[in-house]
Amino acid sequence: MVHTTMKTSLFEPTLYIVKGMCILDNDGNRILAKYYDKDILPTTKEQKAFEKNLFNKTHRANAEIIMLEGLTCVYKSNVDLFFYVMGSSHENELILQSVLNALYESVSILLRRNVEKRVLMDNLDAVMLAFDEICDGGVILDSDPTSIVGRTALRTEDVPLGEQTVAQVLQSAKEQLKWSLLK
Amino acid sequence: MSSFKRDKKEEEEGGASPYKNLDKTIVLQEARYFNETPVNPRKCIHILCNILYLLNQGEKFTTAEATDVFFATTKLFQSKNVMLRRMVYLCIKELSSMAQDVIIVTSSLTKDMTGKEDLYSAAAIRALCSITDSTMLQAIERYMKQAIVDKNPAVSSAALVSALHLSSSAPDLVRRWANEAQEAVNSDNAMVSYHALGIVASSKKNDKLSTVKLVSRLCRSPMKSPYALCLLIRLSAQIIEMDESEASQPCIEFIEYCLRHKSEMVIYEAAHAIVNLKINRDLAPALSVLQLFCGSSKACLRLAGARTLACLTARRPAAVAICTVDLENLISDPNRSVATLAVTTLLATGAESSVDRLMKQISSFVSEISDEFKIIVVKAIRRLCTKFPRKHQSIVAFLAGMLRDEGGFEYKTAIADAIISIVEENPDAKETGLAHLCEFIEDCEHATLAVRILHLLGREGPKSRQPSRYIRFVYNRVILESGPVRAAAVSAVAQFGAQVPELLPNIKVLLSRCELDDEDEVRDRAIYYNAILDSGDQQLINDYIINVANPGLIELEKALRDHIATKPDQLFDIKTVPIVCTCHQLHKKDVVAVEAKKPMQKSMDKIYDETLSHIPGIERLGEIFKRARPVDLTEAETEYRVRLYKHIFDRHIVLQFECINTLNDQLLEQVHVRLETPPEFNILSIIPCQKLLYDKPGSVFVIVEFPCAYLDSLGTFGATLEFTVRDCDPNTGNPDPGEGYADTYPLEEFEINCSDQIKTRAATDDWEDTWEYASKSPEASETFSLPHININDAAKEVCSHLGLPKAAISGDSLVEIKGCGIFRGGAPVVIKAKLVTISTAITMKLAIRSPREDIAQLLLSAIG
Repeated sequence: MVHTTMKTSLFEPTLYIVKGMCILDNDGNRILAKYYDKDILPTTKEQKAFEKNLFNKTHRANAEIIMLEGLTCVYKSNVDLFFYVMGSSHENELILQSVLNALYESVSILLRRNVEKRVLMDNLDAVMLAFDEICDGGVILDSDPTSIVGRTALRTEDVPLGEQTVAQVLQSAKEQLKWSLLK
Repeated sequence: MSSFKRDKKEEEEGGASPYKNLDKTIVLQEARYFNETPVNPRKCIHILCNILYLLNQGEKFTTAEATDVFFATTKLFQSKNVMLRRMVYLCIKELSSMAQDVIIVTSSLTKDMTGKEDLYSAAAIRALCSITDSTMLQAIERYMKQAIVDKNPAVSSAALVSALHLSSSAPDLVRRWANEAQEAVNSDNAMVSYHALGIVASSKKNDKLSTVKLVSRLCRSPMKSPYALCLLIRLSAQIIEMDESEASQPCIEFIEYCLRHKSEMVIYEAAHAIVNLKINRDLAPALSVLQLFCGSSKACLRLAGARTLACLTARRPAAVAICTVDLENLISDPNRSVATLAVTTLLATGAESSVDRLMKQISSFVSEISDEFKIIVVKAIRRLCTKFPRKHQSIVAFLAGMLRDEGGFEYKTAIADAIISIVEENPDAKETGLAHLCEFIEDCEHATLAVRILHLLGREGPKSRQPSRYIRFVYNRVILESGPVRAAAVSAVAQFGAQVPELLPNIKVLLSRCELDDEDEVRDRAIYYNAILDSGDQQLINDYIINVANPGLIELEKALRDHIATKPDQLFDIKTVPIVCTCHQLHKKDVVAVEAKKPMQKSMDKIYDETLSHIPGIERLGEIFKRARPVDLTEAETEYRVRLYKHIFDRHIVLQFECINTLNDQLLEQVHVRLETPPEFNILSIIPCQKLLYDKPGSVFVIVEFPCAYLDSLGTFGATLEFTVRDCDPNTGNPDPGEGYADTYPLEEFEINCSDQIKTRAATDDWEDTWEYASKSPEASETFSLPHININDAAKEVCSHLGLPKAAISGDSLVEIKGCGIFRGGAPVVIKAKLVTISTAITMKLAIRSPREDIAQLLLSAIG
């Protein structure tokens, strides 16, 4: 049966609140991005163009929120990472803000507070799982960072040396050396 | 040290990003490793991560590639590593839309879903639902029901959310899980109850009564999760909006109660709902919350506050005026979105004296905001000029300044539009406006804009005090621009020649130069105009240069289509197409446009037009006048659901009975509606619905002619559904052999009343003038005593009888209803009613003015 859509400016009673989430690096390139509404930015090309535009508008001024191309985007940045959560321009901004906080906090816990690109890239699998635990097809699945991390979980603590690849061993050795030099 | 720095840089460039130079073919090659036994989980996770990263970057996988990877991935179910398993689920979800035969993993996933490991179950459910289609759903139904009431919140949430996703493709199946979902609403876990509420509400979307029950039950014992509260507020607001009766009172109280909640999210949701409700409530508590938000240190809160206030300006400017001080503080806000909203809102509500100051403020940051916001600013300024015509000098100068700045096509168009409309509306601003536009086209990269402006110069230029000064600007285009612009410039030049006799010789010289142009169109126009001007025949010049009659493009298109369809071998006569009048309608849109883009939706009107256009003979009824609100003619949960759409035409009414067959073991054929009409109505034809399949809406149309006399056009109709039933297989939908049997189904009575036949709107500022203006027309008035107890209820009921919106009601102790409308057939009516409580009874004086006295009488009788 056809429904007449409400013409008023009341918010729509739906669970589909998040239109997209993404993490960009400090050149505005996509690290991870998910869009949940088939009608909004359907192709990767449009998405990337939108992300470029979004990045250009937001990377200088840290103003928390911007309305762009019909979407309300809340954002937060740290060192060389930019976190965005997008919702319809007709949505409660504070709900979006809470999703952004959940995203940022869980990533931050997963990366042991080293929220920067290199560390994130090393833990991309966990961050992907966190994305998946926060939002499912536009529905907010969870917004409590500890429980999200709990479900993503199992950050493979310290893998026994035998199972690490040569590159990983080298990398961690390099790191230790660097820190000892800096001291 | 410097070498160390360089080292570090290199390290970041090369070593740090293992994903930088990923190649699809290599990654696909790597995926073959999954087939080995045993596998190294870490290595597998890394490969899966690479695949997901590539997909996320937009790398295209062919179906074959995706299927290969998918099947390789399924091998990994052998591993017990939790992290790996989770990545496998993720991969399955991503690939499910690309690969073939994905249902192969159903059994593996079902095993995980029902297994003991909670971390598996939740994710497995979600993966499973992404690969399942409605036909497979029955197999897992039992597990889903169990999962919904699982005591682990993650599992329960996952099942609920997946059910919601599935409900778009298999609504009935999911409706069967409603009991479990209902149970989950009462869960202790905040997220579970939120998701459960969401799914319960969406399954009851069609059933208003049970939604009301649900909401009012939950309002009494509010939920813990702020998200759930927000959703509940939205549902409540929807109920209040649809139904103003007493039943919604608890909802209103609930929303107001939420204003005192501890979570800002809920407070804002409540304030937003109150402010946007159409009912007349005291806005003060909600406004004070918004004011508080405007002063917050968080940009999100400030934006939320400012945006909601901006929305309110259109309907309650006085209410927003109270918040002026708070908005003033925001105009220099570091967040430009907030600042823009504040400035545009102030422009809409402020006094003439503050205009200059505000515009100065905008110009300080206009370069920093996005194009869509600039357009909002331009529109606000344009409205300002209608409001304060005396300010045109500074406004046009400001717009011209913006026109010179960088900006995209839409932005430039908005500015040019604004200047053009100011030029058209305000004679004082004409000369300055045209001068600015002339300057703009000197350096304009958008051909369409240049063409429009040239057209305007051609129309307005000759009437100005010094027409000759524009010719230079116009003719420069002929020398410098592309073909279409040159052609437009030639037309504009010709206008000068036609209207200003002193310039004619010079114009002819210019036109003859254009006759040598490279572009066909330019040359043709030049020759054409030159010839007409040479003739010296004033009538000819007037008809073909100055006042060229343009048929409306939409009508022209329609006429041409009709012509091709009906009589392609005859000549087409353009004179049959109606001419558009060039009168300009004043756009009185909402005062501050905040929504830049709304999701595109095919408008309901379009859908109905399409369905109606299939009715034979529909074109003879003329243009549709109005669509009345649909009425349900059956209870919500019955075998057959019928909803009535009344399409009103000038002298006819098309009744569309939209039927839904909710029995999956029946197929209805030859569905008719038998109507019992009042004697004056005349049934012209009935178009039956040949076949009504399970859950597929089908419509029966009945065309009824209105009685000749308007006074007879109210009445009650009885209706019965008649059809032939054939039993069919519930799964395939194939009918059983045999004839079937005839059956009938009684429908509820319905009415054709006044509100169906009139298009109305509430009083606007100029209502008093309209009322005075209508004093020459006949007036019908009568005094009624109404049986109501509450004066507001009485007013609402009167409005609903007359089809007036609730916004027409004003006043507290002495309630007034003011509105105007158009009756079918085109007669205007102006309505005024006064209600007053005398001792305990409510008395109403209703007066209606209309050129058609019988219509005025009819409206009176609608109340009586």
